Amino acid sequence: MYRIEADNLGKRFGERVVFSKINFTLATGQSLAVIGRNGSGKSTLLKIMLSLLTPSKGKVTYYQENQKLDDAKIRSAVSFVSPYLNLYDHLTAEENLKFFATVSGGNITGKDINQLLEKVGLEGRGMDYVFEYSSGMKQRLKYAVAMLKDPKFLFLDEPTSNLDDDGKRLVVELLEYYRKNSIIIIATNEKEEYSLAEQQCRVDS
Amino acid sequence: MKKRSIVLLSNNAGLIAKSFAVYAKDLRLEIRTRSALNAILMFGITTLAVVSFSLGQSGLAPKLLSALFWIIMFFSAMSGLAQTFIREEETGTSLALKLTADPDAVYLGKFFFNLTLLSTMAIIITPLFFVFTDAPTGNMILFFLVLILGVLALCSATTIVAAIIAKASVKGALFAVLSFPILMTLLMTLVSAGEKIFDSQSFLEISSEIQFLVAYVVIMITASILLFKFVWQE
Repeated sequence: MYRIEADNLGKRFGERVVFSKINFTLATGQSLAVIGRNGSGKSTLLKIMLSLLTPSKGKVTYYQENQKLDDAKIRSAVSFVSPYLNLYDHLTAEENLKFFATVSGGNITGKDINQLLEKVGLEGRGMDYVFEYSSGMKQRLKYAVAMLKDPKFLFLDEPTSNLDDDGKRLVVELLEYYRKNSIIIIATNEKEEYSLAEQQCRVDS
Repeated sequence: MKKRSIVLLSNNAGLIAKSFAVYAKDLRLEIRTRSALNAILMFGITTLAVVSFSLGQSGLAPKLLSALFWIIMFFSAMSGLAQTFIREEETGTSLALKLTADPDAVYLGKFFFNLTLLSTMAIIITPLFFVFTDAPTGNMILFFLVLILGVLALCSATTIVAAIIAKASVKGALFAVLSFPILMTLLMTLVSAGEKIFDSQSFLEISSEIQFLVAYVVIMITASILLFKFVWQE
């Protein structure tokens, strides 16, 4: 059983307070939609949860069976998909998957790569450079990279951004697959995506 | 998605394998884009040609020869070695790397990538330097020993500074400004060692410079590995 705790989180850039007093606890099997208008700090909150930004106040703690997780264990348990998280354009999709698998601490076979690409609807395009991909295909490849880890904490920022209807169905299926054994946090301002999570956290400055 | 079998990672790759993955990725990207190597080589060859045509081919004093060589190496390093981190920030790939890779593996991968770049530059520039300047070649073993230590020292210092400046808006200027105090003593030592080598002095007479260079490399790499996590995370 995994758990994540946001304790009195606040963030300010200079004089501007982005958000303050954000508190929540989520355990494996639970999901949260972070909602709010544009510029309200949804992505900033996700970056803080992922230790990509330091909060001005408060802290985020990851637990496994009541034991705090260290940075290395958090890295191996977390996956993130976002429009501003880019993969390497001058590597092929296969090379990207191999690279992220290796730096995550594992090995991946050609068969695994083909399976993953098939699951995200990119079969037959593994040898193409990522710069040749459309924005929707890039988003699909980000899901393939996220699936490398079997994440215990799945963070999605604007999860269906750039995706066609097929891609959106893929995201819904993916969330259903991970819902039972992962903690899912989604940042979105699309009303139809609110229902992808059980709980909501409104962020407004 | 009932039968979805996700690839499970065995988590058995060690630091060396992860560092090598970062190194190989950077090398592959460099071979495909040639953004850093072209900058380094262009700077090195242009400077060398201008200097040799301006000063003439023979009769240059050992101190001047040594200063010229290390100035070319220094500015070439300045022009290209920051690219490895700047490219990650500018293309938005640093987030994915931060979320997946051990910071030690990132540092070591980038360090060895920079080492490869500067070594390539040294391999090309060194023979050209001797041809263009007619520098004495009587003490080549010592010259190569100092060259190897100098390249290692330049890379160890510039890699951590490149990581620090990668997020700044005026990267080029900041890279030189931040590197200058760290590299000042190093350059003075390298020039002094080079002068003694071109003056045909023995190993004993440059032993203090060699000791300094070894200590510099060890201290810079150790300090960088200790500090890199904090620089890299925000």
